[in-house]
Amino acid sequence: MSILTYLGYAMVTVGVLFLFLGALGIFRMPDVYNRLQAGTKATTLGALGTIIGVGLLQPEWFWKTLIIAIFIAISNPISSHALARGSYKIGIKPITKEDDMDAYAGVKIEDEEK
Amino acid sequence: MTIFYLIVIALAIIFAAARGLLGPTASDRIVALDSLTTITTAGLVLLAFVFQRYIYVDVSLVYGVLSFIGVLTLARYMEGGL
Repeated sequence: MSILTYLGYAMVTVGVLFLFLGALGIFRMPDVYNRLQAGTKATTLGALGTIIGVGLLQPEWFWKTLIIAIFIAISNPISSHALARGSYKIGIKPITKEDDMDAYAGVKIEDEEK
Repeated sequence: MTIFYLIVIALAIIFAAARGLLGPTASDRIVALDSLTTITTAGLVLLAFVFQRYIYVDVSLVYGVLSFIGVLTLARYMEGGL
């Protein structure tokens, strides 16, 4: 049991707990945008912790797990942004106290093809 | 110790899949699907450690790339740009 083993088990434990909290946030939150926050940020942190923790537990696997972690850290915000943009464009309103809290309402979304 | 990790990941998959089954709009279901693919990518790496099979890490890498492309395609289809 070296120091890398303890560090790996700690990172896998934190990562698995964050994966569970992200899924619980998806189940409990009231709105599409709140679910998007809980389901992409907490899940990204949990996946990074789990994957790099496994790479520390098995040091000969470390570089390939680092590649997977970098790819998740790049690709998850892109899909989150695409989902939020698509949800806004099909007309789903966020739940607020006042109805005029939509700061994005005056911005005109132009199409890509002119 | 590893059975604790697998039980917690199974609970996470159950909660996200429940939101995917009973989400009110299509956007909720796609958000739950996006979260499920990330949970499955991490779970495959953890299964590679539990079973000591190096090939599952490659499976996880390909699954991550393909699920990213799939969720992006679904989001573009939902907003009507496809």
